[in-house]
Amino acid sequence: MSKSPALFRKTRNLEGQIDDFLDCISESGLIFQKAIKIYLDHGMCEDFEDSKNQVQQIETRGDNLRRAIETQLYEQTLIPDLRADVLKLLEDLDNLINITQANCFRFAIEKPDIPEDYKADFMELTKTVVICVDTVVMSARAFFRNIEAVRDHNSKVLFYETEADIISTKLKTKAFSSDLPKVEMFHLRYFIERIDELANEAEDIADTLAIYTIKRSI
Amino acid sequence: MDVVVLLFLTSGLFLGWSLGANDAANVFGTAVGTRMVRFTTAAIVCSLFVILGAVLSGAGAAHTLGKLGSVNALAGSFMAAFSAAITVYGMTRMGLPVSTSQAIVGAIIGWNIFSGSITDSNALTKILITWVACPLLAGFIAAPLYQLTRRVLKWAKLHVLRLDAYTRLGLIFAGAFGSYSLGANNIANVMGVFVPVSPFTDFEIAGLVNFTGIQQLFLIGAIAIAVGVFTYSKKVMLTVGDGLMPLSPVAAWVVVISHSTVLFLFASEGLEHLLANAGLPTIPLVPVSSSQAVVGAVVGIDLLKGGKNIQWKVLGSISVGWITTPIISAVICFVGLFFLQNVFNQQVYREVHYSLKPAAMERITDLGLPVEDLKDIQDKIYKSATRFRSAVRKSTFLSKFQESRILHYAEISPTEISPALLNTLDWEWLGSERTESLDSLVGKSYYYKWQLTETLARLNDEWKLLADTTINKAHNKEIKARLNYVLRTFSLESKDNVRDK
Repeated sequence: MSKSPALFRKTRNLEGQIDDFLDCISESGLIFQKAIKIYLDHGMCEDFEDSKNQVQQIETRGDNLRRAIETQLYEQTLIPDLRADVLKLLEDLDNLINITQANCFRFAIEKPDIPEDYKADFMELTKTVVICVDTVVMSARAFFRNIEAVRDHNSKVLFYETEADIISTKLKTKAFSSDLPKVEMFHLRYFIERIDELANEAEDIADTLAIYTIKRSI
Repeated sequence: MDVVVLLFLTSGLFLGWSLGANDAANVFGTAVGTRMVRFTTAAIVCSLFVILGAVLSGAGAAHTLGKLGSVNALAGSFMAAFSAAITVYGMTRMGLPVSTSQAIVGAIIGWNIFSGSITDSNALTKILITWVACPLLAGFIAAPLYQLTRRVLKWAKLHVLRLDAYTRLGLIFAGAFGSYSLGANNIANVMGVFVPVSPFTDFEIAGLVNFTGIQQLFLIGAIAIAVGVFTYSKKVMLTVGDGLMPLSPVAAWVVVISHSTVLFLFASEGLEHLLANAGLPTIPLVPVSSSQAVVGAVVGIDLLKGGKNIQWKVLGSISVGWITTPIISAVICFVGLFFLQNVFNQQVYREVHYSLKPAAMERITDLGLPVEDLKDIQDKIYKSATRFRSAVRKSTFLSKFQESRILHYAEISPTEISPALLNTLDWEWLGSERTESLDSLVGKSYYYKWQLTETLARLNDEWKLLADTTINKAHNKEIKARLNYVLRTFSLESKDNVRDK
């Protein structure tokens, strides 16, 4: 890391904290993907528990970072013109980890039965939403450093969200036109929607980021 | 110092205070309004640099204001500054855009009319053109600077927080520059009218730096501005934030830099000298409105973005202000001078008499002017410049230049070089060669001002004025200050009113 003058050391530290926070979100998505793969391959097992605990730790770290960043932004009255937008952005992004964590818990508690012929699509849906989350994190990073790139990332977020919608609709249609018992149909639909929720949330964040970017460029 | 002198200076201090309260907001308003810079930081930086600007570079703009009309009695200076302050205060209360520069120019014209002095039309035209040029120039600087800043930021890809930190620092530096320029350009508004009647004398600090009487006068005015900044400007800063259109901190920085550059250009004697030396056209040193420079810069940026946010009403009221503010101020000054003279029995101006005695006629003949036509008014004494000018105009038709030459040669200023007064002179300041030539004139008396100045110039080159060019301006200013000192000291008209240089 290059040395920065003492005058900007605090700023540099805070920049580092924001980067760490964004890393947490990407990381939580990747571990979530790993956890779903474990669940689909082996069902509830120790490895899944480990992944769930990892997500939980990341969530706690993310929360602490977010609070620390928010406190510094307020205490040092930094970016007064953008502060409200940045705080809202950080909270929305934090919500992505919350959804990831909640999904891990749902799998652990409810242990849904996912039929073999649904597993590939479930994995595909998970991969797509995780890419979507990762892309919105890139968009958020660009908002902080390179607003010109926000638009490019946002268009990819919208693309992956649509992809996730297509897969989830396909899965739900398949479930409700199968011979599965109604209760399993509803259970499958519930988990499809919860996973897809991550992509929807990412899309909402991309939309607000687009507005913040216009405000930032004034 | 006389208490009366201090009392008369209060109007200038009041004007300074209101300038500090209002115009500091043009420099730090957006920064403080958007909480990018703390008020205390802004107030300290602003006060310090206003004082530096006023003391170090305030003389240039004051000189132009002095050309417009030289208020020659302390009570007159008091009323000029007071009427400008009242105009600024009243118009601000009514929510009308007002400029201290325009108010003081109006007040000086009011004094000129009351005292029968002639308003220098060249200086007035110069000032009026500058008022219009000021916002235009600010706009022309702001638009490309904004574009350039945007490009640099796009290229630099700074983190929001880093940009925020740099912008804060930039706003403080720009504010310091702006405050310096404000002090340099606008101190003439606050204290300019007191320059000809300044009660302060020069002194040296530790034998190194010469602290002139005018600098001391400007220091007091600048302190009044600083008090205005500390006591009242916070309120204005917090409301001015996004008065014209919402600005991002970076855009605010561009506005402050443009505003400060314009004020600096219209105040810098150094730059004027540099341009003159390079054979380039110079920028007139005139006190301009800092508020209008800000408006110009904001409009410049807005035009670059398509001009959707321009508030034509605000621009319209600024243009109207160019005319209404000086008129209101002139009227207040005229009425105020009347009361001060007739009710409070104060000398608001020192009469300057004019007459065409044979010596003056001879000199005018040398110029090749139609002396025959002026025979009717020869030897008559006129109690003011305007009366003398109208008499001349009735007798013959002259060009503006010829008129000004006749006025110059007809101005009565009886002097006598007495040995007693010679001893009271500050020999060190005048220099040995200059004092020697004065010494050789002991016992001689002169009727006209030019007679003494020309005699001195003949006796020694040290008394000689150089050709009236920008390059020679500083030299001539120095000589003129010494000549005025000598004329005042040996004046037979105001023996009881001998002032220091």
